[in-house]
Amino acid sequence: MTAFIHGTEGLSLHTLSQLRANIEKRGQDRSYGVEKKLVIVIFLLPAALLFFTFVIFPIFQAAFISTFKWNGLEPLDNFIGLENFITMFNHEPFRMALKHNGIIIILSVLVQLPIALMLALVVGRKLPGRPFFRAVFFLPYVISETITAVLWSFIFNPRFPTSDIINSVLDSVFPFFEPGPWLGDPSKVLTAIFVVLTWKYFGLHMVLYIAGLQDIPDEVEEAASIDGASNFQILRYVTIPMLSRTIITTIYLSVLGSLQQFDLIWLMTEGGPVNASEVLTTYMYRHGFVSFRLGYGSSVAVVLFVLCLVFSIIYQRLFMKKEYSGRVG
Amino acid sequence: MGTEAEEVCLMDIRLTRKSRLILSLIPRYIIAIVVSVCIISPILVAVLGGFKTSGELLNDPFSIPKQWILENYGYILRLKTFWKQLLNSTIVMAGTVVLSTISASLAAFVFARMNFRGRDTLFNVFMIGLLFPIMVAILPLYILMRQLVLIDKLIGLILVESAFQLSGMILILRSFFRSLPRELEDATYIDGGNSFTFFRYVLMPLSTPALATNAALAMVFSWNQLFLPLLVMNDPANYTLPLGTMQFFGQYTANWSRLMAFIVLAMLPAVLFYMMAERYIISGLTGGAVKG
Repeated sequence: MTAFIHGTEGLSLHTLSQLRANIEKRGQDRSYGVEKKLVIVIFLLPAALLFFTFVIFPIFQAAFISTFKWNGLEPLDNFIGLENFITMFNHEPFRMALKHNGIIIILSVLVQLPIALMLALVVGRKLPGRPFFRAVFFLPYVISETITAVLWSFIFNPRFPTSDIINSVLDSVFPFFEPGPWLGDPSKVLTAIFVVLTWKYFGLHMVLYIAGLQDIPDEVEEAASIDGASNFQILRYVTIPMLSRTIITTIYLSVLGSLQQFDLIWLMTEGGPVNASEVLTTYMYRHGFVSFRLGYGSSVAVVLFVLCLVFSIIYQRLFMKKEYSGRVG
Repeated sequence: MGTEAEEVCLMDIRLTRKSRLILSLIPRYIIAIVVSVCIISPILVAVLGGFKTSGELLNDPFSIPKQWILENYGYILRLKTFWKQLLNSTIVMAGTVVLSTISASLAAFVFARMNFRGRDTLFNVFMIGLLFPIMVAILPLYILMRQLVLIDKLIGLILVESAFQLSGMILILRSFFRSLPRELEDATYIDGGNSFTFFRYVLMPLSTPALATNAALAMVFSWNQLFLPLLVMNDPANYTLPLGTMQFFGQYTANWSRLMAFIVLAMLPAVLFYMMAERYIISGLTGGAVKG
């Protein structure tokens, strides 16, 4: 420390003031201003080009194309206004798709997130071997949706004993459970898909909760415990309120994630049987892309976009106060 | 005299405390182990299934193979298309990571360190990308890529996947760059450097952890991407691994053990990568999502 001070003393006052003057001069220099502008433009250019071409522009194009009847090949000249949207909302499978998205969102928020929170509390703090469990619980998140779908198609296949095992386990846990084929039964297919979604994604939310728990100082809960609070009271009045920011974030990610789910559902059921697992994305792919109705498909995309946007804006206004919630997907 | 007795007494108290702590851990371990088994067993069924005949896999999915058959894995490893898909996926992943990291860190540097009119507006426009998934734009993207002659080209996937990584990356990198002391930049200018030298020789080396985190997330995103390649890749020679898995799944539903061998080998790179980069992946997700 003293050596450092001596060092500065050694540096002559003259050079120091000259350096300062140099910096100030640079700030006023016109050529510096030009250089700075150039730097800004050059540095922003690659990101801006990519982003405006492949993210922003397609959204506007989708909105434009959604007002046409178009198969993607002939010239884009059959303007039909809002007819695509009217057709869509009158189409029963579309309304079912909307409903299924809603069900998946509700189940994710009310079942998957509490499970993740519970497991975060179980392995979260002071459990020897925690890194191992965290790594195992998070593993499905890095396995692709495609592979997950193949794995679970096998597990749920009614011809195989794995499906019987699930049936008998559930039969013994839930008294009114009726065993049967999972992916082939319209009344069960959404539950089956939800099981897979939970398997794959609860680890993400759990990891977020664990990170949130680590930010809560031990002293707070210890103090509550000394004051005579029961474990449940500590959880209810101390831990969960202090996790509220993380919970708000996970709900946000969960809702947007549920809206965008495509791979798993398409590979496992293609939205079937009889539209029983159709969601907006599979509906868009089937009725927009596979059947060459790009105008119609674009209008489904617009609905999906508006849903995401409206939800994000309202949710962020209400709960997030100018915080962005990190990455989606 | 008395101290000895006191010590014994104290040890007793410590012991009961310790045993109570251990007792409270038991239910937590039981839950953690049961959940781990639920998570691992589908994967284990696949790994073991690859070593069985299809008949044995279907009758006895959870058992250890009676005879370890290498034919299924061997068949996949001799499959040229499998290696081609692995190569394609690797190219797209590497390209996406390089392109998105470079362009995002350049932009994040400007947003973190420079003042200009409209900066915050522009930054908010970039953040729109966080609000919607690639799904929403997928049909117009397909049309756009057709106009730009990017259909059936790996570079097309790289460009689009990079573009969709930008928002998250810029957000994380901007806050990281902001946390570095201002003096570093002044020092560079005093030494006669400019913004480029500062960026290249000071900022980038200092940001290795943040960059690694972003790269890890971009890798997972790109490696697992199915919908985009499904729309724009027509020629099987350009298939990526998820697309190849999907095609193989359609072809071999009768031969489950071969299918299991395929998916095990297809997930192996991601799982190995995860084991090595777990810290970066998890810190990226929690850092981005919790701290904003």
